[in-house]
Amino acid sequence: MTDATTPRPHPASPAAPVRRSLLIEDARTKRRNAAERRFRAYGVVAIGLAIAALVFLLFTIFRDGSSAFFQTYARIPVAIEAQVVDPAGNRDPAEMQKVLTMGYGKLLDNALAAYVEENGIQIEGLSERDLSTFFSAQGRADLRNAVLADPALVGTVIEAPVMTSSRVDGMFKGRVSRDSAARDAKTSVAQYELAMAMEKQGDLQTRFNWDFVTSTDSSDNRPEAAGLGVAILGSLYMMLIVLVLSLPIGVAASIYLEEFAPKNRLTDAIEVNISNLAAVPSIVFGILGLAVFVNFVGLPRSAPIVGGLVLTLLTLPTIIISTRAALKAVPPSIRDAALGVGASRMQTMFHHVLPLAMPGILTGTILGLAHALGETAPLLLIGMVAFVTTYPSAPPEGFLDPASALPVQVYNWTQRADPAFFERASGAIIVLLAFLLAMNLLAIYLRRKFERRW
Amino acid sequence: MDDVRLAERAVDTDARDIKFQCRDVQVWYGEKHAIKDVSVDLLDKTVTAFIGPSGCGKSTFLRCLNRMNDTIGIARVEGQMLLDGENIYDRRVDPVQLRARVGMVFQKPNPFPKSIYDNVAYGPRIHGLARNRAELDEIVEKALRGAALWNEVKDRLHETGTGLSGGQQQRLCIARAVATAPEVLLMDEPCSALDPIATAQVEELIDELRATFSVVIVTHSMQQAARVSQKTAFFHLGNLVEYGDTDDIFTRPRDPRTESYISGRIG
Ligand SMILES: Nc1ncnc2c1ncn2[C@@H]1O[C@H](COP(=O)(O)OP(=O)(O)OP(=O)(O)O)[C@@H](O)[C@H]1O
Ligand SMILES: [Mg+2]
Repeated sequence: MTDATTPRPHPASPAAPVRRSLLIEDARTKRRNAAERRFRAYGVVAIGLAIAALVFLLFTIFRDGSSAFFQTYARIPVAIEAQVVDPAGNRDPAEMQKVLTMGYGKLLDNALAAYVEENGIQIEGLSERDLSTFFSAQGRADLRNAVLADPALVGTVIEAPVMTSSRVDGMFKGRVSRDSAARDAKTSVAQYELAMAMEKQGDLQTRFNWDFVTSTDSSDNRPEAAGLGVAILGSLYMMLIVLVLSLPIGVAASIYLEEFAPKNRLTDAIEVNISNLAAVPSIVFGILGLAVFVNFVGLPRSAPIVGGLVLTLLTLPTIIISTRAALKAVPPSIRDAALGVGASRMQTMFHHVLPLAMPGILTGTILGLAHALGETAPLLLIGMVAFVTTYPSAPPEGFLDPASALPVQVYNWTQRADPAFFERASGAIIVLLAFLLAMNLLAIYLRRKFERRW
Repeated sequence: MDDVRLAERAVDTDARDIKFQCRDVQVWYGEKHAIKDVSVDLLDKTVTAFIGPSGCGKSTFLRCLNRMNDTIGIARVEGQMLLDGENIYDRRVDPVQLRARVGMVFQKPNPFPKSIYDNVAYGPRIHGLARNRAELDEIVEKALRGAALWNEVKDRLHETGTGLSGGQQQRLCIARAVATAPEVLLMDEPCSALDPIATAQVEELIDELRATFSVVIVTHSMQQAARVSQKTAFFHLGNLVEYGDTDDIFTRPRDPRTESYISGRIG
């Protein structure tokens, strides 16, 4: 054989190839490498843009929202005047109930006036109104509650922290400046100076505000008292319902479809429709929930049970898709092995396949839950926007009580006029992000924990 | 192949019982006719080798013997396969019960991602073969000894089975199959992922297993077929071309196709 020894030219090329040095890139290699470098640059730019957007988003949210976790309180002596809070003079709580919050406002006004006088604070144009709008309406309510709870306080002078109004609070958070106070109908330069003077004396303090996380929503005239308690509880209840319903239903459906269902037109159609459901706009699920659960079944509006059911419908496709992917990813050799020693299909499934698919299933479920936690549109439709100032009771009755939800609360607060609500909306986003982050970390942890090699 | 082994195998095989009696077996994968009119008698306490070019249907036929093909939706089996005189494709037969009697070892070692002990104990557990822990321990030890693995793993029974070497894993799979006390053991190219030393161990093992079971082994290695089997079946394009004593097949093939295959001309 002669052609085994001589170098054979490529059949298509006219001449024998010239041998080139490996140390020099030829034109083709150069072009190829340039394309590769270009492609890598695109990737880096894309990632860079994504990170920049994320950083910007987080930065603005934290800038606007972190102040929601702090609140300014005044600590001045307040005389609980008997003739104001207990006109009947018999310390009977039933009688004292008749004095409304407004009455306690007078106590605070008097206390502040006395404080100004005592400390020799001289401010030009300090009016009665500046004094009466200094404290939050919540401050009066708190005072009233304290006195009603302990009638012995009547006639004494107490020095409890009193919540200031949102404008005064804003002066210490950069929301209200001397200039803006001059233009603002709800405050004045005199009030601004009073607040500054009190702060210098150390009688105004801005401290961490747990109430933001725990207390209920509040009306437009006391934004400084609004909290996330009801929304967090509502979201929590809904997540419970979603988890309890969608995990077993989703996993059972996936196992059936993946392992037992005959492959025919019907199951093909079901499969396609599950994928389609995952892409249906969430507001459609809201309309469905309104029609079915509220109007047809007659469940109460704004109840976590309705929200939970709607969100269950919303998460089911996600869970089914990820569970089926996880089941598919289990190597067929494991099924063969189990069937080969005489395990039934159920035993194969529950002893071998499911445990191996567990990390994938859990990850999918938690990500589905996280998705549901941030879902807003369907909840708006079933009336979870309602203004709720009482906590839902403990489950299971609580599932029927009106409640709010975190993302809806964010939406709600951004719709309100007072800038304090806007600050709170950003604060609520921080809480929501914290929950989402926790859930994602949990997903990662579970995946690591259950991960097994084969 | 050494002469001693050949001579040893020259025992009279015809006197043995028939374990599997297959008559006119047809297998379709959808439209594809994968097994055509195969009739064969597989003997008890005998190693039968299936040989033939790739795609000729060896695995298909083997998987029919314990109805593993049921898991393939498009597979359709016709004809009779009698295990001890009972048709395994009878409507009343539960394939799960059948597979407890006809065990299987696969081409790729596939231990469960569990401990060595649990791998072997799984079959006995689900079939209720042991009444208590001590009995189970005994079954596991016996199976591992039977698979020539006991000495290597006796101190690490609770380590994971996937951490063993390939050859050890395959022997673990054999132990797992043996532990359910099957009557027939099907092996689909059990040594294709193993090195020569592990292969030799498994082959030795197969030879020992023959004392208790009927063994059916698919192999691509003529030498292996010659070394371990007493009966050989040659498949070609879905047909059973020739079936007979291993010695005869390898020394005096009757069909020209068999001859070309074993001399390496078709494959
Ligand atoms: N699951 C399946 N679906 C469709 N066709 C299949 C399937 N399994 C096998 N076949 C076809 O059936 C024929 C026989 O396949 P089989 O796996 O039995 O061959 P084999 O003899 O074991 O080959 P090899 O030696 O390569 O393992 C082949 O033509 C193959 O394409
Ligand atoms: Mg095969």
